[in-house]
Amino acid sequence: MPDLISVVEWSRWQFALTAMYHWLFVPLTLGLSIIVAIMETLALRSGSEKMLSTAMFWTKIFAINFVCGVATGIILEFEFGTNWSNYSWFVGDIFGAPLAIEGLFAFFMESTFVVVMVLGWGRVSRRFHLAATWLTALGAMISALWILVANAWMQYPVGMTFNPDTMRNEMTDFWAVALSPVALNKLLHAVTSGWAISGVFVVGVSCYMMRRRRDSEYGLPAVKVGGWVGLAGILITCMSGHSSAVDVSNTQPMKLAAMEGLWNGGNHTELVAFGILNPEKTLDNDADPFLFKIGLPGALSWIAKGDADAYVPGICDIVNGSPATPVSYPERMRRGALAREALAEYGATGSDEALATLRENYEFFGYGYFDNPAELIPPVAMSFYAFHTMVALGGYMIAFFIVALLLAYKRHRLLSTLAASWIGMLSIAAAWICSQSGWICAEVGRQPWVIQDIMPTRAAISALSASSVELTFWLFAAVFTMLLVAEISIMLNKIHKA
Amino acid sequence: MSITCLQNYWWFLISLLAAILVFMLFVQGGQSMILGARRESDRRLMVNSLGRKWELTFTTLVVFGGAFFASFPLFYSTSFGGAYWLWMLILFSFIVQAFSYEFRRQKGNLYGTRTYDVLLFINGCFGCLLLGVAVGTLFFGAEFTVNRQNILDPRNPVISTWNNPLHGLEALADFKCVCLGLVILLLARIEGAIYLLETITTDATLRRRLTRQVLVNAALFVPLFLVFLAMLLMAPAYVAGPDGTVSVVPNGYLHNFTEMWWAALTLIVGVVLVLWAIMGVLIRTTFAHAMWYIGAGTVLVVLSLFWVLGYNSTSFYPSRTDLQSSLTLANSSSSEFTLTVMSWVSLVIPFVVAYIAYVWYRMTSCPVSVDELSRGPEY
Repeated sequence: MPDLISVVEWSRWQFALTAMYHWLFVPLTLGLSIIVAIMETLALRSGSEKMLSTAMFWTKIFAINFVCGVATGIILEFEFGTNWSNYSWFVGDIFGAPLAIEGLFAFFMESTFVVVMVLGWGRVSRRFHLAATWLTALGAMISALWILVANAWMQYPVGMTFNPDTMRNEMTDFWAVALSPVALNKLLHAVTSGWAISGVFVVGVSCYMMRRRRDSEYGLPAVKVGGWVGLAGILITCMSGHSSAVDVSNTQPMKLAAMEGLWNGGNHTELVAFGILNPEKTLDNDADPFLFKIGLPGALSWIAKGDADAYVPGICDIVNGSPATPVSYPERMRRGALAREALAEYGATGSDEALATLRENYEFFGYGYFDNPAELIPPVAMSFYAFHTMVALGGYMIAFFIVALLLAYKRHRLLSTLAASWIGMLSIAAAWICSQSGWICAEVGRQPWVIQDIMPTRAAISALSASSVELTFWLFAAVFTMLLVAEISIMLNKIHKA
Repeated sequence: MSITCLQNYWWFLISLLAAILVFMLFVQGGQSMILGARRESDRRLMVNSLGRKWELTFTTLVVFGGAFFASFPLFYSTSFGGAYWLWMLILFSFIVQAFSYEFRRQKGNLYGTRTYDVLLFINGCFGCLLLGVAVGTLFFGAEFTVNRQNILDPRNPVISTWNNPLHGLEALADFKCVCLGLVILLLARIEGAIYLLETITTDATLRRRLTRQVLVNAALFVPLFLVFLAMLLMAPAYVAGPDGTVSVVPNGYLHNFTEMWWAALTLIVGVVLVLWAIMGVLIRTTFAHAMWYIGAGTVLVVLSLFWVLGYNSTSFYPSRTDLQSSLTLANSSSSEFTLTVMSWVSLVIPFVVAYIAYVWYRMTSCPVSVDELSRGPEY
């Protein structure tokens, strides 16, 4: 495959494009389904027709967004086969199960009950409709659970062993895969961030509608429900984010170092609150990693290890070996190559000695694909800026919800002002930037691995020409952009005329 | 259960999902007739009747893919990564379906209702045709090789390689595969027309048109299905021996039908039920439960075809390039542990079917009509 790297790059671009488009819609599905379910429950309990109308309006917004999530989601599952076929074989025995369970448990639930939720008004009883709304929300969350179990496993592969006879990894402990602590934190982080985004969306749009209608009868209850759901969401997001950072420090120390632009670690390591990276810095020079920075001494050690004086390794420490990561990258590459050679020998001779060598060194199998330790460092700038953008905007969202709720209960007329409308709209954009930044940080920061330490991204691809993947990339870009533009237009129309 | 039992069980589930998917393609079949509707009111009734079911077809396709991935990952990696363009075209046709129902009548949809109806038509026609062509490669083979040792080569690590530069599009020039694609399309159109006849009971003109659609499509479907069946029975099958070595068996699928009498019986019963439904509708448009008959018949026919495809040590994905690369249940499945776990998971299927049936019943208890549409939201 002469254009191996081009195929890898285009395949990565395509997956990133489709995943990011998908993640524009999914957070809103996760959060709006909960918000609508709460509104509908309140309407049923109080008998309030206004609350019911509000719930119906947000159901329409949900439905428009839901189908976009479905349209952009189908390709993701099949892309594992079309563009990452080697991956599908090498770990399909483990990775396929969560995807199948997601389909069986979540997709059928969503697709069955969303029809009632969207079209059932006036056709089924209110109680049945309410049950359908909650079940749609539950289905969305179960879907998130299994896809995040799969994603977490790629970052922290557990519950499996390599079978040299079939040349693949095979599952040995389902519960270790399903109940991985990394998966739990990812689930909480992703789902509740969806609540937060939806909360910002509902509050922002409601402020605009209150100003436009010049009354708060319909908008104010929505601000309250959206505000509370959003506040709960962002607080849980922050807590699970902290737990995720601890996970990353233990399981993917290189990712943490890249997220912080930390080239040389140590004890009492500072957290960079704000910084501008020096683009000249590489593994081979002693340039200062930052052109400018504001640091919080000891904060990174405390976040990662729970102790402000704890040792946190930097990129150079991990590459060269450190107290926290004793096996250097050159050594890992040597042992990875050893494992690969032992596997080849076992395939040819069936030798027990080769099998023992393979087993002894398999944990570094993926490193055998590399010739240079520099190839094993993730893109530092993208990881750093994405992480810090996410944290800064996440902090802003906490303040946003507190202020929005205070105004809703004490000074609700201020929510109808032009300033509130503008702040609301800009906050919606900020929420999405925050969310996308989080995923960029998570997925770029783990490069060059598709499965941590086991399979590099470059070994996971399909045998395709780069031009084929490039063409489908542009096709997806065109179709999904047209879809997004139409969706925004429809939503603006609905919001404008509500 | 032994690994062989688990592989057989999972092939049964894959067959069942494929069978249900082909049945659920009645949504696509109905969509392929939307543009032919002369009156706007006809289109409105048809779209709203089909629109309450499109998600289930879509989900069945996704679950079919997921189940294949979990149970036979080597097929997933070989076919999807190899027949890239064929699968991409299928996926694009389903992507455009997903938003078309919801967007078509929304104000501000930018491209107009007609555009979304055209997209539904495209999905209706090409979704069925291309899926049939893709399944055709399972029966009649494809050009690929599998070499697991490639994983050891950092410069060329991919184990499954497609040996035709068209990456799946070559199947569109294969008469046998296209024949199956047309059979699926025509069957879907018949099912779609029957479904619409059962859900739209108030519009006599539309019902006459739908009955004519059943007649025309059945007139094409029956001979084409017989041609496909004849080609299948005369085709060679690739069969694995006890040591896993694959060899060519002339008339292998015919052989399988004779050795597995229950598959042959299932095929016959299925065909009779499909024909019974078609004849019933053509003789009497108020023929009751035609959808049940044609649905059950379709499921049985597809089940029987998948059984002769995968059981009896037959290769369910024959390689025309390298005989020994052909995929069988034994050499392409997940491990015993994973299949066991997934088998426990599969026990939830009856529960899923039960709630789908209940909601289906609640949402279709009243026939679709202009009056019924005015009672709530519509597409």
